[in-house]
Amino acid sequence: MSAAMNGPALETRGLCKSFGALTVADQIDFRLERGARQALIGPNGAGKTTFVELVTGGLPPSAGHILIDDVDVTDLPQAARVKRGLARTFQINALFRRLTTLENVTLAVAERDGVAGDLLRPAGRHNRVIEEAFALLETLGLAEDALRPVNALAYGRQRLVEIAVALGLSPKVLLLDEPAAGVPSGESGLIVAVIERLPADIAVLIIEHDMDLVFRFARRITVLVQGHILVEGPPEAIAADPQVRQVYLGERPHGRETR
Amino acid sequence: MATEGLVRPRLAAGPPPAQQAIDAFAGRHRYRLLEALPWAAAVAAYFLFPSYLPLGAQILATILFALSADLVLGYAGIVTLGHAAFFGTGAYTAGILAANGWGEPISGLFAGAAIAALIGFVSGCIVLRTTGLTLLMQTLVVATLLYEAANKASWITGGDDGLQGMEVWPIFGQFRFDMFGRTGYLYCLIVLFLCWYLARRIVHSPFGRSLTGIRENVRRMHAIGAPVRRRRLIIYTISAALAGTAGALIAQTTGFVGLSFLNLERSGGVLIMLIIGGVGRLYGAFIGVPLYMIAQNRFSEIEPVYWYFWIGLLMVLVVVFARGGILGLVERLRR
Repeated sequence: MSAAMNGPALETRGLCKSFGALTVADQIDFRLERGARQALIGPNGAGKTTFVELVTGGLPPSAGHILIDDVDVTDLPQAARVKRGLARTFQINALFRRLTTLENVTLAVAERDGVAGDLLRPAGRHNRVIEEAFALLETLGLAEDALRPVNALAYGRQRLVEIAVALGLSPKVLLLDEPAAGVPSGESGLIVAVIERLPADIAVLIIEHDMDLVFRFARRITVLVQGHILVEGPPEAIAADPQVRQVYLGERPHGRETR
Repeated sequence: MATEGLVRPRLAAGPPPAQQAIDAFAGRHRYRLLEALPWAAAVAAYFLFPSYLPLGAQILATILFALSADLVLGYAGIVTLGHAAFFGTGAYTAGILAANGWGEPISGLFAGAAIAALIGFVSGCIVLRTTGLTLLMQTLVVATLLYEAANKASWITGGDDGLQGMEVWPIFGQFRFDMFGRTGYLYCLIVLFLCWYLARRIVHSPFGRSLTGIRENVRRMHAIGAPVRRRRLIIYTISAALAGTAGALIAQTTGFVGLSFLNLERSGGVLIMLIIGGVGRLYGAFIGVPLYMIAQNRFSEIEPVYWYFWIGLLMVLVVVFARGGILGLVERLRR
């Protein structure tokens, strides 16, 4: 199905999720335009990670629709959504820890390329896959770590591998779940630099607590509170919004992490 | 876990580092001289220990059984306590054919592999929906069901007494299974070699690497769009076929199949042998199985009653001092 050129890269309509009486996603109408640089913020427990799980297919929604490129993917499994260009990173590293950095990215590239099901030809002969993975590591400054197991890398660099694996899927939509989480402040500049240099044609949604990073990166901000969208707009408007200041920005009432 | 340790980057002189890194990574599937060692040892054993060839044939077939378990446990991370189900299925298939007028060994082997693969596929469709302890129990259940089925169907399996009257024809009509076990030994060696070659190709293929990914982080494999359930089912079926081949080999070379081919001791024993050798390393089976079976043979002569004690002690030592088995220990010493 061909997509309308101007439709959003990712959209949700009336997205709901409840666990019994607890509603964690409440009628979320969300749009992420092509090539967007958008942030999703909200206090702890606002439902940000649940939203990511719903969009990627880790959790089934109670109601509502999810569209990638104007195609309804609500009933499609996770793998099929990835094939349509949706990639994510994890708040807590989800890497193949004992494998090398290069292999981590190679696995992703091989899946996207459709060669990962090949049973007999050695992986080492799929030169295109390996070279692409290596080139990706070079652009992220990870080339020297290519042959080191991921668990031997400094945490900040592991966070970069986390992004590299997602980029190996050549996504159209990239969801970054707290990319700088747990990174010592000395190393977080590395991550910011990489995020700012992401290819312009990828629509990026960043879920982040670090307000400096959010306001530096995002051209639009969506504020999620108790499972529903409180307000959405450009950074200046969000910073000035009295509601937002009250629930989130002004004082630090919700046990927000300070690093 | 294991194979990863074999990549030793040498980034000194020569072509640009990028190309070196790519070459080192891409060259992992190339054969190393050390890999010839088990085969050289097996051929040497044929000449050195002519009176132990029947035991040798059993060791070779059991290596294949352990290798099949390594594919699911070591590579895909599927924990199973029911692998004897496929081993026994292969053995009974080949045995029942040979006891009922079809003693042609090669086709018997293929039949054993095929029926075992079928059981693996069907049971895998059900049990692989779960993971961890639930999966472990379900694999145990499958093996127990087959055990009881074989026990009940005594008109065809011989039940408790075992299958009697197998008659295995000469291989290709030429090579008779002799009383010294020479043919049996070489037969097992060749079949093991072919199956090892297949397993090695699978392990180094993109499919095999993705299995390692599933073992290391299944959540991430889902997130990069891998059809995790299908991949697990495919390797489970292949592994079942190899286990069935191993069972058929033992049935044909010993001329006997009994209920013990399907019991928990068989499933657990192969895991113990594999763990002693080293899991997820392709060669753990080649070390753990001979060690275990030769020790079993020796101990049971010296101390017929208590030999299990010594096996138990060996197991404790491996778990305490050699995590990753003997191969794991060797890898650590080499670093």
